[in-house]
Amino acid sequence: MGKFIVKRLLLCVVIFFFAMFLIYTLIYNLPSSYVETTARELAAATSKMGGKNYQEWLAQLNEQYGMNKGVVAGYFTWLGNALKGDFGTSWKWNMACTAKFAGCIWNSFTLGLVAFVFEILIAIPLGVVAAKKQYSITDYTVTCVSLIGISLPTFFVATVLKLIFAINLGWLDIGGMHSKFFIAANATQWENILDLGKHFILPAMTLIFVSIGGLMRYTRTNMLEVLNADYIRTARAKGLSEGKVIGYHAFRNTLIPVVTLLGGTLPGLFSGALITETLFSIEGIGYVSYNSMISGDIPFTMFYLALMSVLTLLGNLISDILYAVVDPRVRVN
Amino acid sequence: MALKRKNVNYISGKESRNISKRNREITRRLEKERNNSKKDSSLYMTKMHDENNVVEMDNVCTYFFTDIGVVRAVDGVSFNIPKCSTVGVVGESGCGKSVTSLSLMQLVQRPTGQVVGGEIRLNNDDGTAYNIVNTPTSIMQEIRGNKVSMIFQEPMTSLNPVFKIGAQINEVLELHNKEMTKEEIRERTLEMLKMVGIANAEGVYNMYPHELSGGMRQRVMIAIALACSPKLIIADEPTTALDVTIQAQILDLLRNLKDKINSSIMLITHDLGVIAEMADYVVVMYAGRVVEKGTAQDIFHNPCHPYTIGLMNSKPVVGKQVEELYNIPGNVPNPINMPNYCYFKDRCEFCDKEKCSGRYPPEIKISDTHIVSCYRFMDQGEVMGYPKIINTEEL
Repeated sequence: MGKFIVKRLLLCVVIFFFAMFLIYTLIYNLPSSYVETTARELAAATSKMGGKNYQEWLAQLNEQYGMNKGVVAGYFTWLGNALKGDFGTSWKWNMACTAKFAGCIWNSFTLGLVAFVFEILIAIPLGVVAAKKQYSITDYTVTCVSLIGISLPTFFVATVLKLIFAINLGWLDIGGMHSKFFIAANATQWENILDLGKHFILPAMTLIFVSIGGLMRYTRTNMLEVLNADYIRTARAKGLSEGKVIGYHAFRNTLIPVVTLLGGTLPGLFSGALITETLFSIEGIGYVSYNSMISGDIPFTMFYLALMSVLTLLGNLISDILYAVVDPRVRVN
Repeated sequence: MALKRKNVNYISGKESRNISKRNREITRRLEKERNNSKKDSSLYMTKMHDENNVVEMDNVCTYFFTDIGVVRAVDGVSFNIPKCSTVGVVGESGCGKSVTSLSLMQLVQRPTGQVVGGEIRLNNDDGTAYNIVNTPTSIMQEIRGNKVSMIFQEPMTSLNPVFKIGAQINEVLELHNKEMTKEEIRERTLEMLKMVGIANAEGVYNMYPHELSGGMRQRVMIAIALACSPKLIIADEPTTALDVTIQAQILDLLRNLKDKINSSIMLITHDLGVIAEMADYVVVMYAGRVVEKGTAQDIFHNPCHPYTIGLMNSKPVVGKQVEELYNIPGNVPNPINMPNYCYFKDRCEFCDKEKCSGRYPPEIKISDTHIVSCYRFMDQGEVMGYPKIINTEEL
């Protein structure tokens, strides 16, 4: 097992190297970068006074930001610094990338974790019930709702929820992290958390609704497959109660693919929900990186994408390891 | 005929919806009735007709309510399983052997499959008997694995892949022997593993099913089935998936263990050799009905029903040179649309136009132990009665 993990880790390093190179090349060649925009602004502001023109500003800024080295050399410089933990200073936020990350990640993580827990708590039992009563009204309802959840895009669900809860009912705010007249300095820590939590309700609901369908269907399909297996008939022939047959014998086997899937998404808790956070102006990693991307902030974008790559690779690794943990048949000796 | 066949194999969406709707009504009501029987034990307690039998099947009808019509998988099957004996059930694939055994365990896939009529009496050894057809699930759970247990034909897939062998045997012991301690259960499991001929019992106890071969897994299945010393072991083609040498070992094992714990075996197979080797009594099934039953002597030395004769002719005989192996001509009738005359008439080589023209033939007792359903013996024995069909329209 140890050998297997080491092998997989080495493979991850290679994949990471090439993935990041690809990303760096793409971002490097992106038109209208932050540097170009700034150069244009500076040229416009100073040209009347006889200052530098656009080309001169561009050359100066490129040198200042280390963009004049070419793709390959630039990539290795970035990689060397990144390995040392130095991801550079964000152009957009004017602070170290890691510092900005540390400031916003916990918002994302909390939101992701709440959605993840509720997703599991709702989707898996519903999937099991739907499979147990196949072709019943419960089954059709569950399948229908999950289909709607899968089909509707995030922005649509978010807008509908905003319309219902923020505009028509007026219970919650339409977006942002704090209420209109909330002043953090005047509130106790408890009130602060409560106010923050209130603003997390709608984004969490959006995330849950969108992600629930897939997991529910996955659980249902796997449960159905297991329920038709011979060993379930054996379990019944032993005289076990139906609850024990489904809750223990069948569920334990259904868990194999489900746990593998969920384990793989675990690192995703740190990657934020770009669309949802942006729609609700939650200052999480998704929202911050979205703003960095649209203003051509190369260091932060590189940092975010590097993080995403690591998380994806880690997710796959966790999936593989969990698979071996839950299924005795694939344990590698 | 052409038109009729078309009707059977093709139905419109509207017809299908109507059928499903009716099926749902019927199955829902049957489920409800079974659940209601929980309250009143007189609904499922009965008396054996003969105390020397473990199980008496009386006109058992198990139907499947499918979207294209009602399939009469088992239709009026009657036979007895005497104490301490082996009853072999033979017949071709799809003739209802397995469904008969599943009905006896109430393991037919519900709600599609329902036992709609007849009685299955399971001897309680105190003068009373359960009528399995109406027994509520909670009582069935005490019977399954305890009084009646089952060995399935697929040892490769019949054990749960994620639990250890020891745990799977322990489970059935724990369930039916509440008074046993953990230590006793472990002892008993190891004893069972040794009894079914597994030398490395301690090692196998901690193994997962995928670490064992097919023969070993079938031994484990037998250990599970015999753990609670049941009165009846249903072996549903226990050797079909195994190679010939292991087959012989498994059959020997079953026979010896059966004598050791004084239980009966209901052996389902389509291998006549296995039947000849093992069975005391033989039941021949065709298209959901018993066509002939008797002692192994009766069936092998004096087969009477044309189907049994055909079966005997179609097995290869050692030392006999034949150009081509005999086979019974024709096909089994469509299970959704069974004819109202003898099911074997269209394939029968002895068919007499005049004699065989009536309804499905009755059971005819041609000797004390030998019963056959064929018009050719109408004058040669006592007529026992016709199989009772349940009219699904009246349900």
